Amino acid sequence: MKKYENRLELLETMLRIRAFDEKVDELYAEGALHGTAHFYVGQEAVAVGVISALRDGDVITGTHRGHGHALAFGLDVKKMAAELLGKASGYCHGKGGSMHIADVSAGMLGANGIVAGSMGIVCGAAWAFKRRKEDRVAVCFFGDGAVQEGIFSESLNMAAVWSLPVVFVCENNQYAMSLSVERGFANSRISEKADGYGMPGVTVDGMELPEIMEVASEAVERARSGGGPSLIEANTYRYLGHSKSDANLYRTREEIKEWRESDPIGRFAARLEKSGDLEKGGLPEIEKKIYEEVEAAFQWAANEPEPEPGSALEDVYA
Amino acid sequence: MPNENGTAREITYREALREAMTLAMRNDDSVFLMGEDVGVYGGAFGVSRGMVEEFGEERVVDTPLSEAGFTGLGIGAALVGMKPIIEVQFSDFITHCMDQLVNQAAKLRYMFGGEAEVPFVLRTPGGAGTGAAAQHSQSLEAWFVHVPGLKVVMPSTPHDAKGLLLAALDDPNPVLFYEHKLLYNRKGDVPEEEYRVPIGEANVSREGEDVTIVSAGLVHHYALEAAESLADDGIEAEVLDLRTLSPMDHATVAGSVEKTGRLVVVEEDVKTAGWGAEVVSRIVEGESFYALDRAPARVAGADVPIPYNKNLEAHVRPSPEKVIEAVRSLVDERVGVYS
Ligand SMILES: Cc1ncc(C[n+]2csc(CCOP(=O)(O)OP(=O)(O)O)c2C)c(N)n1
Repeated sequence: MKKYENRLELLETMLRIRAFDEKVDELYAEGALHGTAHFYVGQEAVAVGVISALRDGDVITGTHRGHGHALAFGLDVKKMAAELLGKASGYCHGKGGSMHIADVSAGMLGANGIVAGSMGIVCGAAWAFKRRKEDRVAVCFFGDGAVQEGIFSESLNMAAVWSLPVVFVCENNQYAMSLSVERGFANSRISEKADGYGMPGVTVDGMELPEIMEVASEAVERARSGGGPSLIEANTYRYLGHSKSDANLYRTREEIKEWRESDPIGRFAARLEKSGDLEKGGLPEIEKKIYEEVEAAFQWAANEPEPEPGSALEDVYA
Repeated sequence: MPNENGTAREITYREALREAMTLAMRNDDSVFLMGEDVGVYGGAFGVSRGMVEEFGEERVVDTPLSEAGFTGLGIGAALVGMKPIIEVQFSDFITHCMDQLVNQAAKLRYMFGGEAEVPFVLRTPGGAGTGAAAQHSQSLEAWFVHVPGLKVVMPSTPHDAKGLLLAALDDPNPVLFYEHKLLYNRKGDVPEEEYRVPIGEANVSREGEDVTIVSAGLVHHYALEAAESLADDGIEAEVLDLRTLSPMDHATVAGSVEKTGRLVVVEEDVKTAGWGAEVVSRIVEGESFYALDRAPARVAGADVPIPYNKNLEAHVRPSPEKVIEAVRSLVDERVGVYS
């Protein structure tokens, strides 16, 4: 998994995620991609902040909105681009696409097309770590919508009762498709649910990277040292539609604009300028570098070979 | 096109479904639509677009992401006299609803000695061809054919979509109503007024003497396309659209097979234990076995999950070409050349 050596790398990774999803959005708009994708733009600080608190051996599970988790974990941009283009050299050899990018041997246990589909899986990884006395931590990313599924309750209960080394990270981006958290919950303060299961829960500003890093480090440390699971609710926002097709009928332009004004990348870049980690006015140059890197990855991927048709029949035992 | 029911005009499959729901809700206050994003979003595939504006949020109800919960809710509401239409956004997510459908909806009437009814309709789009990969492309309808107590319908045309949905809403039994993402934009003649297409009746959509092709849902159109091109070679296929998978209209299939002596089933679900196996079994274990002069064949999905890549996806799905090939090898006069 990716090791974050310095604060600039955090910024670069957020930019890489944004550049990647903007590129994917563009490709869909051109009709160049099959299927669908969900964009992480606006939420970059959550994946980067949480994953930067991990170390080698730790694992994560992602979601349908999963490019950000994968990139923050250190998956290769080229192989991700190849997967989106359905190429043989993609992470899933063209079989998975956007919603199923995984690198299990590295500890990225997969994006997931089923909302809340990984909540049991993450408990399984954590249970194995505990049983084998390995001090590894499993992180589960999921949206506010997942909290409405039955398996959310089952998983948090199991994790708490068996004191599993899990960090549950709810990315509360205010909507599950068109359903706002206000309409989806009688009590929309998701972190408050933790108490009912017997684990700590905290809400954090998901647009503010240092804050996320702080609560994530605490939760990861607790899990690693045998203190059991935690629930983090990161308040964030998806700038783009739910998926490639979305008329945004359920929210206002003003609301989107307001959230964009507290952009996690802009905020963090400003901090770095202040601290001297980033040269004043240095952001555009880094941006340019990262956007070029992503562009090059997609160009490379476009020239990669298609999988053999017969490979469609491989990789099932029964 | 004039129609036995009066005026018909061309609308899409999506519009036909919306029209059926709208008519039913205007006529009967106990009918309601419930599911994820069915309100202002109009449903993931736009089927209910505009309905919340007419009927309000009390009757077109956006749910939390709680498929098991709202399926159960629909069953309970049906038990006390409401007529729910539950929408499950992709048929793959029906796995979440399994207990409610299989252990509850299907069995309540029987377990209660016939003293209850569950007039419940669950609409959901199945099928592949959209690049949505393994968790958003399955055809799982055969599972429910295996459960006594559930009816399963799968219309292939706008006309049947409207007529079968209205019939499903009249039905006292739980009905699983399978749509297909690639059918929503398909157009066809649909009468403006109310009519029913009876549940359990297949349609002979093309007559022919040489081979019977039984199909349902989207792939029914593949069967028809194949039949047209086979006709150029002098092979006349009779094409049946089952329309309902359970209860299955065996009589119509048997009648056709007795005429042609050859049977090809075209289904989108995976071949192993697919509903096509049931069609074939009923023929070979019945009287019409003796009318067969070739072993039946199935054109079905390969026994794998649906891959993302477009070519791989096409490789594992049925297609008109695969139907043509199957029919050709079946009608070949040389013994032993068919597989
Ligand atoms: C079990 C299940 N139900 C419904 C869907 C369709 N769907 C995909 S994403 C989504 C909204 C999820 O909302 P949330 O969990 O908040 O994540 P977000 O999309 O906001 O990142 C829905 C309804 C699904 N993929 N799986």
